[in-house]
Amino acid sequence: MEAENCHCMQRFVPVDDLRPLEEIVNKYRGDKSAVISIFHELHETYGYLDEKIMEELARRAGYQLSQLYGLATFYTQFRLEPVGEHIIKICHGTACHVRNAQGLIDEAERTLGIRPGQTSPDRKFTLETVNCVGTCALAPVVVVDGKYHGRMTPSKMQKLLKQYTEKGGTGEDED
Amino acid sequence: MRIDSPAALERYCEEVKEKKAKYPYRVSVCGGTGCQAFNCLEVYEALVESIKENDLEEEVELKLTGCHGFCEMGPLMYFQPMGTFYAKVDPKDVNDIVVATILQEGEVEKYLYRDPVSGEKIHHREEIPFYKKQVRLLLGINHLIRPQVIDDYLALDGYKALAKVLFEMTPEEVIEAVERAGLRGRGGAGFPTARKWRICREAPSPDGIKYIICNADEGDPGAYMDRSLLEGNPHAVIEGMAIGAYAIGACEGYVYVRHEYPLALRNLLVALDQAREMNLLGKDIMGSGFDFDIKVAVGGGAFVCGEETALIASIEGKRGMPRPRPPYPAVKGLWGRPTNINNVETWENVPLIIRMGPEKFAEIGTENSKGTKIFSLVGKINNTGLVEVPMGITLREIIYDIGGGIPGNKAFKAVQTGGPSGGCIPAEHLDIQVDFESLQGIGSMMGSGGMIVMDENTCMVDIAKYFMKFLCEESCGKCVPCRVGTKRMLEILTKICDGEGTPEDLEALEVLAADIKAASLCALGGTAPNPVLTTLRYFRHEYEEHIYNKKCPAGVCPALITIKIDPEKCNGCGACAKVCPVNAISGEKKQPHVVDPELCIRCKVCMDRCRQEAIYAE
Repeated sequence: MEAENCHCMQRFVPVDDLRPLEEIVNKYRGDKSAVISIFHELHETYGYLDEKIMEELARRAGYQLSQLYGLATFYTQFRLEPVGEHIIKICHGTACHVRNAQGLIDEAERTLGIRPGQTSPDRKFTLETVNCVGTCALAPVVVVDGKYHGRMTPSKMQKLLKQYTEKGGTGEDED
Repeated sequence: MRIDSPAALERYCEEVKEKKAKYPYRVSVCGGTGCQAFNCLEVYEALVESIKENDLEEEVELKLTGCHGFCEMGPLMYFQPMGTFYAKVDPKDVNDIVVATILQEGEVEKYLYRDPVSGEKIHHREEIPFYKKQVRLLLGINHLIRPQVIDDYLALDGYKALAKVLFEMTPEEVIEAVERAGLRGRGGAGFPTARKWRICREAPSPDGIKYIICNADEGDPGAYMDRSLLEGNPHAVIEGMAIGAYAIGACEGYVYVRHEYPLALRNLLVALDQAREMNLLGKDIMGSGFDFDIKVAVGGGAFVCGEETALIASIEGKRGMPRPRPPYPAVKGLWGRPTNINNVETWENVPLIIRMGPEKFAEIGTENSKGTKIFSLVGKINNTGLVEVPMGITLREIIYDIGGGIPGNKAFKAVQTGGPSGGCIPAEHLDIQVDFESLQGIGSMMGSGGMIVMDENTCMVDIAKYFMKFLCEESCGKCVPCRVGTKRMLEILTKICDGEGTPEDLEALEVLAADIKAASLCALGGTAPNPVLTTLRYFRHEYEEHIYNKKCPAGVCPALITIKIDPEKCNGCGACAKVCPVNAISGEKKQPHVVDPELCIRCKVCMDRCRQEAIYAE
């Protein structure tokens, strides 16, 4: 199933193109409290909050850059670095934790050579942990590019990641 | 269609009911986020197709609804009026199910729920133990409601409670009704809702403006009832908020919803538009002269934003950091105006109280905790799902009768309630009656209703470490006791799990816990030590095993365990050696294998790979 909030498969707008930024700024003009909504829209458009985008937002909408940076780093949803081709989210809610989510995180770290929050140098993978995706019945859960993989085990994780790390793999045939 | 009077609403509701009465059958498929992850949308598509193919469009009312609660068994199908319930449905068999159940008036045995204890197939949903002991006042109508279709809510007399309040009751009478019902906040602390409303109603506002907020920032990991309510029945939240706004004298409301809940957000936005269109929200609601509208604010992913003052700061576009109270939000809240905040489940109880009458509502529950409470029963439990139970039910009933006990014949160890602010409850307290006071009495709390079951393979020191890590990361950093204290506690717990704990560490944990509790600015810090304190209180021997004997009795902490292969059980298939990331396993084909403890990193990949269950941690 494709999650509604997954925008990783769509092509993001390059950060040099400031037209979407202008549109978003105009949409919220006059509403100083809308920064978080603006961030969400910029995030969906550009994939992350680039420094240049933040500078332009500060200039055009009348914020202090430090204020924007403070907000972007406070809320965990916002990334300041571009993401990889595939986003691997491992749920680390309590239900997933008691069903060995840590084993999945360790396995992903070993296989991909990156830690949660990082993107692989070849920009192929971004590894993230999330506090709870709310599908505890499937625990432990891994969401790859918006697709849910429930009742995971470290060895299933190994298999799943293999499909992506091997050339041309899409992970499609995994249950 | 604009509703301009209670009579018009009455007429409209009757019309909708008549339309629905024409269908002899109804099939409901759960479309909650949990079931969607099980591909329930494919089941629904197959159902639509099958109904068309069998020419049953005039006969069967189809519903893709919000959460039915039994997440473990998804995708779910529920046939009415027969009451037949199918679990774990495969889309390719949907047509057979439709033919057998509706056309042949029988059932498809294979998809009936099988009782794990007796092994018997159960035909009707209400006979399934998971549902039998529940009192589903809020969740029980989810299977009748398509969240994006307002008529489904109106067919259940939706918005009639609002009409009654606006035309027949004074604001003070509404507050009194909620008071008589004994409703207490479902978000965590259980503060009496009516008292909160009254303080806000009586608080002066510089310009007469007051706000109400629905807290849908359900941050507790392992709790998802608010999402399911908002996702499955958004109009009940809107109606509850409108009633509350009238009682308090507020003209504007906000729903602060997590960005991680896209389906809830989408359903809410659709519902708000529909309510406005029908004059059930906005200016001069139903011709009563009362104005009230709701805006939606989306969170940015910060656990602390569940705290009232932090949530308000976040809506104002600031970093979500709490501020000292008093002044309480009821006196000085959003943009300095009196503001009342309740969570999703509390708001959904409001129209229910008006509809069923406060006295009837107060008949359910214990002396000081009235009504029902929804828990998300998750972790090491057979029947994972959302359960709605009357206050006063015992933990044992929830875990064993409804939840079906612990999988794999493992021993129950603890149940964790109250999220990261709560505590771990051991088996000796399984017979307490669940309500706000009883849970606090044993060191835990109700919280928003997460109930995570743990078995013998769960290490309680590791659990304490898990929660402390969570809180340390989510601490906003404003006050020192929380920012530094949680970090220090995490360091000590990590040390113990790594086998480097000393006897003094336990004392240090207790001293830190007391200081953090006493000196933190908000409830996040004030309750942060709870998981450590309850595990120390009930499972001290596990800490001591880690410290004195350098052993993790549950076999979890990597530094304190050894992975071994039982030569009696090992058939030498070699699957473990293949998956071992460090090549620590060796052995001849068809001969028992061995693990080299020097090379082994205790990742346990081999353990879940082994079909013979020959590999164990010690």
